[in-house]
Amino acid sequence: MRPFAYERPDDAAGAVATVTADPDAVFLAGGTNLVDHLRLGLATPGTLVDVTGLTSTEITDLPDGSLRVGAGVRNADLAADERVRTRYPALAQALLAGASGQLRNMATTGGNLLQRTRCVYFQDLTTPCNKRAPGSGCSALDGWARHHAVLGATHEPAGVACVATHPSDMAVALVALDAQVRVLGTDGERTVPIGDLHRLPGDDPSRDTVLAHGELITAVDLPPSPIAAHSTYRKVRDRASYAFALVSVAAALDVADDGTIRDARVALGGVAHRPWRATATEQSLVGAPATEDTFRAAARAELVDARPVESPRGGTAFKLPLVTATLLATLRDLTARTAATTTREDPA
Amino acid sequence: MTTASRPFVPRATGRPMTRPEGPQKVRGTAPYTVETPGTDALYLSPVQAGVARGRVTAIDTSAAEALDGVVAVLTHEDAPRLAREADADHGVLQSATIHQHGQYLAAVLATSSETAREAASLVTVDVVEEPHAAVLDEDSPEVYAPAALVVGATDDTRGDPETALADAEVVLRATYRTPMEHHQAMEPHATVARWEGERLVVHEATQAVSWTRQALAAAFGLEESSIEVISQHVGGGFGSKGGTHPNTVLTALAARVVPGRSVRYALTRQQTFDLVGYRPATVQHVALGADRDGRLTAITHDVVTQGSRIGEFVEPAAAFSRGMYAAEARRTTHRVVPLDIGAPTFMRAPGEAPGSFAGESAMDELAIELGIDPVELRVRNEPEVDPETGLPFSSRNLVACLRRGAERFGWAERDPAPRARLVDGWWHGTGVAAASFPVVRFPGSEATIRAVGGRDGDGDGPVGYAVEIAAAEIGQGARAALTAIAADALDVPVERIDLRIGDTAFGAAGPAGGSAGTTSWGATIVEAAERFRDKYGDDPDDGDEADASTPDNPWASDYAMHAYGAHFVEVAVHADTGEIRVPRMLGVFAAGRIVNPLTARSQFLGGMTWGLSAALHEESVLDDRFGHVVNRDLAGYHVATNADVGAVEVEWLDENDPYVNPMGTKGIGEIGIVGVAAAIANAAHHATGVRVRSLPITLDAFL
Ligand SMILES: Cc1cc2nc3c(=O)[nH]c(=O)nc-3n(C[C@H](O)[C@H](O)[C@H](O)COP(=O)(O)OP(=O)(O)OC[C@H]3O[C@@H](n4cnc5c(N)ncnc54)[C@H](O)[C@@H]3O)c2cc1C
Ligand code: SF4
Repeated sequence: MRPFAYERPDDAAGAVATVTADPDAVFLAGGTNLVDHLRLGLATPGTLVDVTGLTSTEITDLPDGSLRVGAGVRNADLAADERVRTRYPALAQALLAGASGQLRNMATTGGNLLQRTRCVYFQDLTTPCNKRAPGSGCSALDGWARHHAVLGATHEPAGVACVATHPSDMAVALVALDAQVRVLGTDGERTVPIGDLHRLPGDDPSRDTVLAHGELITAVDLPPSPIAAHSTYRKVRDRASYAFALVSVAAALDVADDGTIRDARVALGGVAHRPWRATATEQSLVGAPATEDTFRAAARAELVDARPVESPRGGTAFKLPLVTATLLATLRDLTARTAATTTREDPA
Repeated sequence: MTTASRPFVPRATGRPMTRPEGPQKVRGTAPYTVETPGTDALYLSPVQAGVARGRVTAIDTSAAEALDGVVAVLTHEDAPRLAREADADHGVLQSATIHQHGQYLAAVLATSSETAREAASLVTVDVVEEPHAAVLDEDSPEVYAPAALVVGATDDTRGDPETALADAEVVLRATYRTPMEHHQAMEPHATVARWEGERLVVHEATQAVSWTRQALAAAFGLEESSIEVISQHVGGGFGSKGGTHPNTVLTALAARVVPGRSVRYALTRQQTFDLVGYRPATVQHVALGADRDGRLTAITHDVVTQGSRIGEFVEPAAAFSRGMYAAEARRTTHRVVPLDIGAPTFMRAPGEAPGSFAGESAMDELAIELGIDPVELRVRNEPEVDPETGLPFSSRNLVACLRRGAERFGWAERDPAPRARLVDGWWHGTGVAAASFPVVRFPGSEATIRAVGGRDGDGDGPVGYAVEIAAAEIGQGARAALTAIAADALDVPVERIDLRIGDTAFGAAGPAGGSAGTTSWGATIVEAAERFRDKYGDDPDDGDEADASTPDNPWASDYAMHAYGAHFVEVAVHADTGEIRVPRMLGVFAAGRIVNPLTARSQFLGGMTWGLSAALHEESVLDDRFGHVVNRDLAGYHVATNADVGAVEVEWLDENDPYVNPMGTKGIGEIGIVGVAAAIANAAHHATGVRVRSLPITLDAFL
């Protein structure tokens, strides 16, 4: 751990100016990810710029029917908000499926979006990792890659390979809900569609997002959407609570009385370097009858280009059937719910 | 040898008693080791090896030394010499050789822990890497037969098992695998060490102050009398705080260069995956031969385990099969693959925990093969005498546990067909497994009883008794249990006992280990009380004192002594995703007299919970390319959560065993874990028809 300065500017613009001017400065929000990285020696900033209190901690209704979530809103508060629970249930469920009560009390909306991968080699300074030490190689490719990608990863060349996944549950729900991220830079504010915020590794796995150094997330807007009220989040993981997703699905369906799917929103977690909008699945669903066959075909459509990590020490081949199974379980469940029949319960 | 002649009348013993130190713990005022006030204290932070094997060619400490607040940086080049260079594991900073990833290469002492950490990150080490081996490959040419197990022989063969298998009407052969696992106590290992001239005072998070003292005496070439080890509260040990690990030697070694000052070192969570032991992975080949009626004719259980070149501990997994069931012919063997990794050690129910996964899964597979109910199969193979020693049992109530468990669980209604109960999208199944754990008594504890107050004392009240024994309170409830035992042995109410533990000033003592703490320390206290009452009667003078050391058990060579248990579990597996939940667990135990029902329930429950963890989650992922565990924190190394399980029910049978010791105790710390993983694997098979022979059982098995 390296000594650092701690600063608390007067306002968001001041924070942006400070960090933009200093390549060695970073924003600090709840600290639940960043402070771990300081301890691990993974992040070695010279200055921490505390932004808690500088971005809004309010959830407000906008005139156009959107809901604006301040970047400083804690995950626990966002999950508990009545408007979120009724208008965007997938978001509330995703938040509650993440981390633990204590962590959710600290974690902020902005920090959650920008948390970094949990790839064990990324977090371990003694092993090669292209994301942490560009050009050093990717230890996960032949390593313990249970939590790694099947979609959109870079497998070669060796010097830029990265098969890491983005760990956030919240972000997966936001992607399915078409959220807009408001970002403040030295040139003013801009809006980034959530689906464009996170990057695929491409040839530079060191960069997680499209944000420039010093750009501050100020809020996340949830657009009005009738289908969102029928959304759900299903997280499959190695233990029933307090574990990152192996695969997760955020989905919403609009099924007509005759059983035809009128509209669909689907995003996947645990499968890629960013929360994955399953556009092929959505296209395949819309206009088709809400049946098992349709759901299977929709999963197949998304996985056409999938490439699991084939590691002798535990790869991700199992995620291909798991994505299909989780999509199937989620879509079947949603269909049954829209048809107002009984829901399934976890027996534990 | 003497034995108690007064009958031990349980008055306090057997009644629920809260922990005397409970209020302190709840308020956060019970001092754990790292919180011990020090003298002019310094903080230690180590530099660790990033390769599994090689040599240090140069260390540059100048940048670290230049930092404000850094008092010293020790390396193998300048660290004080130890007496025991031979033992590589304890030979900390004694040579340039690297034996394992994570090995200590240097240590920084600084006035704050942050400075110590930063300085450690500034030390640069040049290393020549050498090829290493870190995969458990049972076909490795280096596989060897260890000289012996901690208890018992490496191999044991009765009759002619291969011929018996060849002749058997039904044969079940299967290979089971269990992973490397780490203890992960809440409290990380911690040491506070100070030298006063040639005297060393160590506060240590340990399960055995005496063992720590012995190890340090050997490492530093000192008389044990020059060392005092103190340990008042320990936040869990589970075996990893039984033996002494390099961190303790390192702290004492570093303290040597700053005489009179305390040096404090608590491991980071990541470091607890490197140097303080683990349960080694096993590959277990089991064969069972039986006749059509389910009577076993042959049992073979051959184990290969992960080993370390710098410290031998053999996971005695096959020993489980030496005494469970009757069979004329039997073979149990242990082999070790030596690797360039840290040394393994005892972990809760060493041997029994992984061994029972193999043995009790195999019994289930055989029951299915034979079409016999798995409870009934076990009952049919109940031995009349101990198969290992030929001795009669002091008491053995396995069948009673199975029967009682079956009744409470509703086993009679069970349809044996696998993959037959789909409820709301989840396949349900039930499973059973048996458990056993030996009754252990460690020799060599010393107890002193002294009257306080009384006729010549200052107090007006009745006489009180100071009872001193260097026992360990590791959260298991030793203070409560020993207070109750001392009260009954002296025939006074518990309020009159002042129990003092956790300090080598009170003499030698066995460990909190082997489920033997209550038995070993309790028998010693009973013996001391006996002597005290013989000498002074029940109305002693202030300062009257008697002591005793652990008596031998006069029945030790006449009876085989074990605790037993039976686990019944229900498992649900999601039909689509393979997610696994355990809606119900029931453990029924026959483990002698239960001294304190409150803390005993916690022990059984904790053991069962750990069994659940081992079944579904626990696995230290050793990346053999680097030689270290890569899921090295509690976000990566999973233990069970409440959400994994529904009801966890614990029951014990009244058991009166006159042969084990005066209190009638058998030890309950470990048996709770034994068999749980097998019961869950058996239930998962019943639920889905899929047999998982490798732990942990994860959802990919069912996709
Ligand atoms: C044990 C454990 C388990 C967890 N399990 C889960 C889980 O199951 N699912 C899940 O989704 N998450 C999980 N998490 C992660 C948790 O959700 C994140 O750590 C948390 O959301 C981060 O928020 P924070 O406010 O604490 O961010 P910080 O740690 O303060 O910051 C994280 C990053 O974001 C940057 N940052 C923060 N705010 C802004 C802003 N407004 N604009 C620009 N940059 C910003 C920081 O500079 C930093 O780089 C877990 C974490 C832990 C420790
Ligand atoms: S997957 Fe990405 S983060 Fe993980 S080791 Fe490879 S490059 Fe690093």
